[in-house]
Amino acid sequence: MSVNRIYLDNAATTPVDPEVINAMAPYFTEKFGNASSLHSYGREAARAISDARKTISKKVNAKNHKLVFTSGGTESNNLALKGIAFANKEKGKHIITTKLEHDCVLNACKWLQKQGFKITYLPVDREGFVDLKTLEDAIRKDTVIVSIIHANNEIGTIEPIAEIGKICSDHGVYFHTDACQSFTKVPIDLEKQRIDLLSINSHKIYGPKGVGGLFVRQGVKLDPLLHGGGHEFGLRSGTENVAGIMGFAKAADIMREKHVEHMAKLRDMLIEGALEIGDCWLNGPRHERLCNNAHFSFKYIEGESLIIHLDLRGIATSTGSACSSKSLEPSHVLTAIGLKPEEAHGSIRFSLGKDNTNEEIEYTLEVLRESVETLRKISPFKR
Amino acid sequence: MYSKEVMDHFKNPRNIGGMPDADGIGKIGNKICGDVMWVYIKVKKENGKEKISDIKFQTFGCVAAVSSSSMTTELAKGKTLDEAMKITRDDVAEALEGLPPIKLHCSNLAAEALHAAIRDYYKKTGRLPENRYKSNLN
Repeated sequence: MSVNRIYLDNAATTPVDPEVINAMAPYFTEKFGNASSLHSYGREAARAISDARKTISKKVNAKNHKLVFTSGGTESNNLALKGIAFANKEKGKHIITTKLEHDCVLNACKWLQKQGFKITYLPVDREGFVDLKTLEDAIRKDTVIVSIIHANNEIGTIEPIAEIGKICSDHGVYFHTDACQSFTKVPIDLEKQRIDLLSINSHKIYGPKGVGGLFVRQGVKLDPLLHGGGHEFGLRSGTENVAGIMGFAKAADIMREKHVEHMAKLRDMLIEGALEIGDCWLNGPRHERLCNNAHFSFKYIEGESLIIHLDLRGIATSTGSACSSKSLEPSHVLTAIGLKPEEAHGSIRFSLGKDNTNEEIEYTLEVLRESVETLRKISPFKR
Repeated sequence: MYSKEVMDHFKNPRNIGGMPDADGIGKIGNKICGDVMWVYIKVKKENGKEKISDIKFQTFGCVAAVSSSSMTTELAKGKTLDEAMKITRDDVAEALEGLPPIKLHCSNLAAEALHAAIRDYYKKTGRLPENRYKSNLN
C-alpha cells in the first residue's frame, strides 16, 4: 500500500496477504489439477481442498457440518436461503430474517417472496439488535429458517447468535447466520451457538476475492442452486477454485487474536477522537461491536462530500448516505435503526484492518476534523 | 465519477459564506432529500441595468451539490438580473463538464436557488414581476 494512502474500508474488501499469495501460487502452476481427476494431479488438488476444509472448519468448531465452497458471501447466502426454502417446502414456506441484513439476503428473500414464500422482516433497536422475544413470537408452525446476520456490515452490531441459535433449535427451525464480516474476528462455535448454516467469505480476511463458504449441518435438507457434476457434496457443482480455496484457508489460518485486539484498540481510538469533534454520534453499539467498525453521523454535512474530502487527502472510507447511492435513498440499515433521512445523510463508516497503525488513525482524526469543519463552513445549518 | 471541473469546484468552492446585507436570498431544497442550497446576492445599478455585484452560497449536500452551487455563483457574478435569470441547469452542468445523470438535479437546484434569490430581490424592491420571471426549470 502506498505510504500516501490510508485504507479504512476493510469491510468492503481487504488486500491479499503476501503469505496467502504464496499459498495460492503453486495451485495456478505445478499443482493445477482438477480435483475430480483420478490421476496424481487430481489427487493432489483434492487433498489440498480437503486440508483447506479442515483448516477452516477448525476455526468455527465444525464437527457435524459440511463446508461447501462457493464463490463468496453472496452465493453462500443465496444457497442457504433458496436451498432451504425449496428443499423444505412441505414443512412450510415461512422465513424469518431482519431489516438489517446485507442486500444479498434481503434481495434473495424478496425473490423468494415472488415465488410464494412468506418472509417476516424483524425490526431492530436503535443499536441494531434483534429482540429475542420478538423473534420467538415470530416463529410459526410453517417457519423453516431464521436468517440473522452475525455482525452487521455497516454499523458493526454483533447479534446474540448463541441465544438466537437456542431459540431456533428449541422450536425446530433451521438457523442461518451471515458471518462474512465476523468470521475470524468474533468467536464462532457452530455447536455451542447451535448454528445450522453459516456463510463466510475470503476477501474480507486478506484472502482472494471469488471464494466463500457455507457450513451446512449434517442432515439439513438443502437444494443446490448449481447443478452439474455433483461437486461439493452435490450442493455446489462446478470445478473447484483450488488456488482460491487454498488462499482462503491460509487467510483464515493466519488471523490471530492479536489482530482483533489491535483493530479494537484502533477502533476505540477512532471513536473517542471522532466524538470529540462534536455534533456527531456513533451509530451501532459501543460494546458488542465488530472490532474493526466505527460508524458516525455528523450533523450539518452530507456523507458523500465528507468521504470525497477524505479521499482527496488519501483516506479511503465509505458512507450509507443517500447521495452516494444509486437510488438516492439512505441505507436500509440506517433507516432500520431509526435514523431519519436527514440524520442518515451525514454518515460515514471507517472499517479498520490488521495493518493499520496508530499514526494512521491520528492522521485520519486530524483530517476528519478539518474536513468536517470545512464542510460545515459551507453548510447553511452550522452557524 | 466526477469531472475535473466538478472536483475543482468541490475542492475550492468559490464564493462561500453568508451575506448579512444581502439584497436577495434564495433558499431551495430540504434536509430530508439531502440537498439544501442558500444563495445570497448583492445588486448594483450600472448604466441603468441591475447587475449581480456580489454573490455567495451555503450548501448542505453532496459533491455535485457543492460544485453546482459554486459554479452557479461564478456564472451569475457580474451578470444583469435578466441574464442571470436565464442561467439553466444545463448551463451549470455544462460548465462543470457534465454531471452523473443521477446528480443532474443538483445543478437544477443550484440554478433554482439563484433564481429564487433574484425573485426575492424583486419582491423586496416591490416589483415582483409576473410570469416573465417564472422559473424555466423542470
